[in-house]
Amino acid sequence: MLMRRLFLGAITVWIVSVIIFAGVEVLPGDACTAFLEREAQGKLLENCREAQGLNRSAAERYFDWASGAVRGDFGVSANGQKSISELVGNRLRNSLLLAFCALAIGVPLAIFLGVVTGLRRDKPVDLVFSTTAVFAMTIPEFVSATVLILVFSVWLGWLPGIVLTSAGAPVPEFFPEILLPVIVLGMVMTAHILRMVRSSVIEVMAGDYVQMAVLKGVPYWRIVFRHALPNALLPAINVVALTIAWLLGGVVVIEVVFNYPGLGRMMIDAISDRDLPVVQAIALIVATVYVGVNLTADIMTMVLNPRLRTHALRGS
Amino acid sequence: MSALIDIRDISVGFVGRDGRTREVLRNIDLAVAPGECVGLVGESGSGKSTLALAAMGYLKRGLRLLNGSAAFNGIDMFAQSRQELERIRGGQLALIPQNSGQSLTPTLRVGAQLGEALRLHSALPANRHAAKVVELLGHVRLPDPESIVQRFPHELSGGQQQRVAIAMALAGEPEALLLDEPTTGLDVTTQAHILELLRDIAAERGMAMVYVSHDLGAIARVCTRVVVMYAGEIVLEGSTRHVLRSPTHPYAQGLLASIPKLDDTTLPIALDGRPPAPGDAGAGCAFADRCALVQDRCRSTRPQLVPSEFGGTARCFFAKEAGRQQGRTIGAAPVRFSSGDTMLDLDGLSISYARPRLLEQLLGRGTDVPPTVDDISISIGKGETLGLVGESGSGKSTILKTIAGLLPPAGGTVTAGNQSLPHAVEQREPGQLRQIQLIFQNPDDSLNPRHTVADILEQPLKLYFGLTGDELRSRSAEILERVRLGAHYLDRLPSQLSGGEKQRVAIARAFAAGPEIVLCDEVTSALDVSVQAAVLDLLNELKETQGTTYIFVSHDLAVVRALSDRVAVLYQGRLCEIGQTDQVFEGKSHPYTKVLLGAVLEPDPDAAPTLAADDIVERAPPARGCPFQRRCPRRLGEICDTDTPPWQSPEAGHFIRCHILLEDLNADRPH
Amino acid sequence: MTEIAATPAENTRLQRTLGVLRDVTARPSGAIGLTLVAFHVILAIISPWIVPYDYKAMDSLSMLNGPSGAHWLGTDHLGRDVLTRVLLGGREALLVTGIATPVAVIWGGLLGIFFGLVGGRLDEVLMRVVDAFLSLPWILKMLVLIVTFGTGIEVLIPTLAFFYGIPVIRIARAATHDVVARDFVSAARARGHGRITVIRRELLPNVLDTLMVEGAMRWSWMLLAFSSLSFLGFGVSPPTPDWGLMIADARGFMSFAPWGVLGPVIALSSLIIGINLTADALAKALGIDRAQKAPV
Ligand SMILES: Nc1ncnc2c1ncn2[C@@H]1O[C@H](COP(=O)(O)OP(=O)(O)OP(=O)(O)O)[C@@H](O)[C@H]1O
Ligand code: SF4
Ligand code: SF4
Ligand SMILES: [Mg+2]
Repeated sequence: MLMRRLFLGAITVWIVSVIIFAGVEVLPGDACTAFLEREAQGKLLENCREAQGLNRSAAERYFDWASGAVRGDFGVSANGQKSISELVGNRLRNSLLLAFCALAIGVPLAIFLGVVTGLRRDKPVDLVFSTTAVFAMTIPEFVSATVLILVFSVWLGWLPGIVLTSAGAPVPEFFPEILLPVIVLGMVMTAHILRMVRSSVIEVMAGDYVQMAVLKGVPYWRIVFRHALPNALLPAINVVALTIAWLLGGVVVIEVVFNYPGLGRMMIDAISDRDLPVVQAIALIVATVYVGVNLTADIMTMVLNPRLRTHALRGS
Repeated sequence: MSALIDIRDISVGFVGRDGRTREVLRNIDLAVAPGECVGLVGESGSGKSTLALAAMGYLKRGLRLLNGSAAFNGIDMFAQSRQELERIRGGQLALIPQNSGQSLTPTLRVGAQLGEALRLHSALPANRHAAKVVELLGHVRLPDPESIVQRFPHELSGGQQQRVAIAMALAGEPEALLLDEPTTGLDVTTQAHILELLRDIAAERGMAMVYVSHDLGAIARVCTRVVVMYAGEIVLEGSTRHVLRSPTHPYAQGLLASIPKLDDTTLPIALDGRPPAPGDAGAGCAFADRCALVQDRCRSTRPQLVPSEFGGTARCFFAKEAGRQQGRTIGAAPVRFSSGDTMLDLDGLSISYARPRLLEQLLGRGTDVPPTVDDISISIGKGETLGLVGESGSGKSTILKTIAGLLPPAGGTVTAGNQSLPHAVEQREPGQLRQIQLIFQNPDDSLNPRHTVADILEQPLKLYFGLTGDELRSRSAEILERVRLGAHYLDRLPSQLSGGEKQRVAIARAFAAGPEIVLCDEVTSALDVSVQAAVLDLLNELKETQGTTYIFVSHDLAVVRALSDRVAVLYQGRLCEIGQTDQVFEGKSHPYTKVLLGAVLEPDPDAAPTLAADDIVERAPPARGCPFQRRCPRRLGEICDTDTPPWQSPEAGHFIRCHILLEDLNADRPH
Repeated sequence: MTEIAATPAENTRLQRTLGVLRDVTARPSGAIGLTLVAFHVILAIISPWIVPYDYKAMDSLSMLNGPSGAHWLGTDHLGRDVLTRVLLGGREALLVTGIATPVAVIWGGLLGIFFGLVGGRLDEVLMRVVDAFLSLPWILKMLVLIVTFGTGIEVLIPTLAFFYGIPVIRIARAATHDVVARDFVSAARARGHGRITVIRRELLPNVLDTLMVEGAMRWSWMLLAFSSLSFLGFGVSPPTPDWGLMIADARGFMSFAPWGVLGPVIALSSLIIGINLTADALAKALGIDRAQKAPV
């Protein structure tokens, strides 16, 4: 079961790599024509193709690229200057820092509020937070970012509205500039997870075993913490993972709005510059993170959920 | 003696969508003395569970207390603080729920849940809890209690889960136990074991019990007094003997007559109609629409509960008349005819669910797991009804699905008429498809919730006969008429039908094809007994008019006996015995058949089950030898584990598969 | 026993639809949501006839002016009337997503139902490919195509419809699995109906509810994607008015001319919230738990 899951994860990453590679292949042009654009002719093009190794067969190049990627080597960018791995390294760290801060605040908050609203269903607390969540969840990140900058940075002047720190700076230097981006990302994340936890709590609290616990004379808070929550939060793990992974797409917009030197902004730049090798590398990294997050969630549920655990043991 | 549980004039209801308050319980009085065991019977929706939960001061979400009180030990449960209720519930007053599988918290080990009960409700010091948990588990006769402590609820079988629930209820040393259908959904043998356990525990501890069930057989076994409920009120109350032998209320009489009995070869008598929905009972007697003795007075005035001269208390103006017309009318005899031509022939059928694992696939090997169903050879005559019995998981439904072409067999053939049928439905010809129709257990699942009755019936008519337009509709109405539903049902959705009506629509759909063979998969087990009787009656009538061949699958031996010409007994997907109904039920029988027959609970205060074999659940059949080897009370030894037992025939047409010599398979009947 | 409806004739498809609609409007979220959506849709249709100014008309004399009698929402950095541009700014987005949403739900839904029913190897492979597509962030997938093929609606519509149809495959497949496990599908198969009939008669009506809710959610996400792209400069090209683009343009002057941002912010937010509130109410009316799903 566990092995099977790991195997499927690996397969998914492999398919992603094929899609990314094939995608670039079938799109008109190649890395060099894309990058050089109008000057893509004659000697210049030849040199570039030589440097990128574009003159070999597709299968050969895929193999090279994929085996390099496995070793953490993504080749050089289209302008032939820098190693992609070096370029990407700091950016990846910065993006993960942003995501991690948002998670560290968002997940505990979301679980807390989700449980409270679930237990106090249809009461004022629930209405207030559930409605707020709909707003936080649906408004595009660039809109909420813009409004927050307007309020906290422009009008109140409490927080910096733009990140000026360079990509390679040590982590502490990102504070307090990182706070607004973290709040924007955290808000959306909290809203999604809150709704999920709330509905899961409601479902479990209406279940047979909770009713039975009441009839066994188990005190209310003990029912909540011992009988209901472990069961309500288990299915939440997977959804939380999917939500996080999905929001990585939203990080891109946030990074651009705040001028944050993360992977997302680098991706936009690379796409604008048509630096295909860099785009490919970023795509593969992001996809691997996505698969990894989901895999971790699956494994966590498998370990924490006794039903799946029995199943996993029997299966292997 | 003062009552332990004292419910007075209680009414419970909910506010319907139209804003009207609808009563689910109406002015109920119920007193249970210490040590007494009272049974609460009634059909689905009669309010039995609601009443039992009300005794704990608990109402399901949406329900409201309208009137009255429920006292336990003199304390009014509806007037207590949460702390006080928490102390009593699970302590002096404990509940054993229906379907313990869903009532145990899935993420907590059995030991932890029992430990919690002890912590909350016993005076025992904490260091003695672990030992006490093991003791309790042993007390409810769970094998190897030390290992059960470590398990999670889903790692136990249904019967084991029920035992854990009982142990948990006992943890608080209760004075009274409430049991809500504690054995419903369990196999007959398991049910008999659990009931014996409950009887012993009650006797040994002097506990009072309120036993809620729709099953009069179970009630007869454990209760001394019975309360019959109908449409939210008590209609009859009396000693078990009185209620089962000489009931003085027309409803109770009807209910009893609709229960099929093992020693009775006629069909049970149906109770037509259905109870009023909550709030629709009207001003008079709630049973008036279905009562044979009804008079004008019954419709205008609500009768009160009055003691009758025959014993017991009945809510009927004509209890005296009802009491006098005792001696039940005889039900219709089942139609029995068989022309002798073979209609359906199963030859060496073997079915496997196990799919080869990845590794085995790569190595090109099949699985070595024994097939779920193996070596089934039965031939069924035209117009004959074959009963197929066995516990849950014995492969009854699997065999039907294979015959219908939904599940290709691993080996063997299915022959209908004289054509051998392709294994998959997709390869069968229209004529072959029309010939065989399948009726499912649960009509909620077998009728598309988005189709009206007309849509449902039109499908086979269009497919097999190409009917269209008006003809389609008139033919549908005609078929509906045949299952005794009017044409006005045509435009209803399944959600607008009662359980019995739904099953009739499902039957109508099968018969719309004009089939020669109808496969019935537990078609009555989702229904109340009175409705079950009506469905059995209908199937019998259709057999008479259409000459249909049936395979009738059921776990209820009495139902099988009432309808079948021949019976086949299945254990772990293997045939143990097959023969004429009387031969199987009365002649020599296979040790497993004997176990099954012994476990049947009859609605008779004097009947006692015999528990010959353990109620362990087997997950897979043994690879070799007799399938019953692990539970057989008469196991001979080594030979049963290694050699497949031979077919032996005590009489023409009767076959038993066992190593025991025929003369030793003595026919000492459990009854 | 359930309550038996007194008027069993109310079972045609139209009546059911009306019933659901009544249920949706009876909920506060549904009433507010539908009003907002209807308001935006109507506005998008009639706005060209009611706007006070030409959306392109620049006025170098009144740049970044605050709200006034002449310009209710002020003017932007090129002196164009903000109100005019806000009123017109949702047309492109509604047109593109209004076409792409049903296309996505239909192709994803049909494929999902088909593979959910057929199962087997092919289904396994397809699911891995779906997973692979889902693991790439939407913005990357969209941008690569847009950069290559351009930003016209003839590129945006198929791109959105394609990428947003992929998660629908998964949802439809799961819903199909739930339905296929039920006996009425077995009954239809045993009767010998063909695969297409089984899909059309037995599966579709039962999966449709899920797909409707899914469609509403897809719509709001597509809008989000569309406006984010515009904001980043990859969507609608100037001078066509578009909320995302307007917010991007006006951000630079936010400290002294916040009206340029607030107008489109409110317009865009109210539309997306309207769609989500409607989706919520619809899900509740149909008995589908929307919150239990991740937004893949
Ligand atoms: N929470 C509720 N809200 C509204 N009506 C309810 C509720 N729970 C039960 N009812 C109704 O109350 C009546 C009695 O229900 P109850 O569960 O007590 O019946 P029962 O006799 O135990 O039936 P069964 O044999 O099916 O368990 C039924 O008509 C049922 O529909
Ligand atoms: S009161 Fe009348 S209707 Fe009711 S049970 Fe008695 S005879 Fe029948
Ligand atoms: S063959 Fe042996 S194990 Fe099987 S039923 Fe006969 S005696 Fe029992
Ligand atoms: Mg009940």
